[in-house]
Amino acid sequence: MSTQGSEGQRRATRPEQEDVEVALPAGSAQRDALDADVDAILDEIDEVLEENAEDFVKSFVQKGGE
Amino acid sequence: MMGIETEFGISVPGHPHVNAMTTSSAVVTSYSGIAVGDRRGRARWDFEEESPLRDARGFDMSRAEADPSQLTDEELGLANLILTNGARLYVDHAHPEYSTPEVTNPRDAVLWDRAGQEIMAEAAAAATREGPFTIQLYKNNTDNKGASYGTHENYLMRRTTPFSDIVRDLTPFFVTRQVFTGAGRVGIGQDGRGTGFQLSQRADFFEVEVGLETTLKRPIINTRDEPHADPERYRRLHVIVGDANLCEAATYLKLGSTSLVLALIEESALGEDLVLADPVREMHLVSHDPTLRHRMSLRDGRTMTAIEMQRIYLERASALAEKLAVAEVDPQTVDVLTRWQAVLDDLETDPRLASDRVDWVAKLGLLEGYRRRDGLDWDAARLQLVDLQYSDIRPDRGLALRLEAAGRLQRITSPEEVADAMERPPNDTRAYFRGECLRRYGDAVAAASWDSVIFDIPGHDALQRVPTLEPVRGTRDHVGHLLDAAASAAELLDALRER
Repeated sequence: MSTQGSEGQRRATRPEQEDVEVALPAGSAQRDALDADVDAILDEIDEVLEENAEDFVKSFVQKGGE
Repeated sequence: MMGIETEFGISVPGHPHVNAMTTSSAVVTSYSGIAVGDRRGRARWDFEEESPLRDARGFDMSRAEADPSQLTDEELGLANLILTNGARLYVDHAHPEYSTPEVTNPRDAVLWDRAGQEIMAEAAAAATREGPFTIQLYKNNTDNKGASYGTHENYLMRRTTPFSDIVRDLTPFFVTRQVFTGAGRVGIGQDGRGTGFQLSQRADFFEVEVGLETTLKRPIINTRDEPHADPERYRRLHVIVGDANLCEAATYLKLGSTSLVLALIEESALGEDLVLADPVREMHLVSHDPTLRHRMSLRDGRTMTAIEMQRIYLERASALAEKLAVAEVDPQTVDVLTRWQAVLDDLETDPRLASDRVDWVAKLGLLEGYRRRDGLDWDAARLQLVDLQYSDIRPDRGLALRLEAAGRLQRITSPEEVADAMERPPNDTRAYFRGECLRRYGDAVAAASWDSVIFDIPGHDALQRVPTLEPVRGTRDHVGHLLDAAASAAELLDALRER
């Protein structure tokens, strides 16, 4: 199989090795940065969200499946 | 060998009372309109080998006992197509559904699943252009008003593996894998009326541990025993607990980790009793706790978190892979194990670290953003809309697709290979034979199913049925040269008869 594009952002390590890249502290400065980051994407999403959320959600009625 | 079936939510905004079977049929039929033009698919489905009421525990349910919704093999006059990529596109109850062709590995499952999502998006756009209504499709699993529809995984297993082993060792895995497979949901309970957020779209709809049903009293382990293959050798494990994932990395890890756990079970290599005291209740409790700290109770008195239990499965799967020395022969297994460990580490440290790989984390990030920025409570309609629109499959409107386009959700496939997979089957399963017969000799294929292709050859009164009961035959290596040498279906059948 191809590993093309499947490594994501992390280098492939052997499964038994410790992964050392993940130790991000969740401090308050970090949190502010995350919030600002999320706000940027929310601004973009505001533009594409369906209008009249309440009616839209209410009228999404499905029959069971499977 | 594996595959994924996805039922899509369907909506006609402004016209909530339009019949969903009609609109679902319009979607599928529109694709056949596209497909007939370039011969991507047109044969009807052959129902001969379907037996949805057969139970893996060894008895058949009679038709009189069965709920009408369980009788999927009766042709209801609904649209039902087989495509040149070997997939099935059809209407199941009141939803358009896509079943991937059979594939041999998790990455291919992601590829042909994504191809199906794009096919559905194209079909809905075509139906909207041609019809009176705007039809929108959602890759989710509930309307948040009590209805649920499925995303089913299928895994080919050895018939010799005792079903009781599967139930014992797989149930705790299914209860806990939602920490990285959950697609996220606003609302608690089947009707979604409880306020709050949970990991899984599906968890609250599971009511029993083992059973045959998929539409009522849903079981964690489904016993439907319809292998679409030689039943002496194979079982098709039909997995109904999963959420539809929008993030490709989540689909990949879901199929990859589950395949490895099934290998553990087939090799009797789990080596530890992880049976939960009350699996159904724990499935709900794990889903209801986005902090991932809930401690489940095991039958032997131990307690552990879902992540702790997942680590046990991961350790055993890693040990088995090492013992079988798969690293040299299967880099994908190594990749799955690496990702599995990384996601558990991240979820344990801070779930937000996994927002690029786990749908519920990505969705919760958006929801928490709206709550903070706009001061919304969990029962706000806008949050429910974000939940719903996350799964909209239109690239410009779907929130997950927007996140992916912005590089915030990991993608595994490339658009080019997805475009190819919309038309071509995988090379290494019988789907190759099915898809290529349709692509090359579409006019001569009268019907097809998972385990047969039926030809209508000019000059023959009777239809010619070619059984494909062995899923690993009919590959390009196996029949590619025959197809390449046959200018017509008649020549192909002559060549097959001579073998």
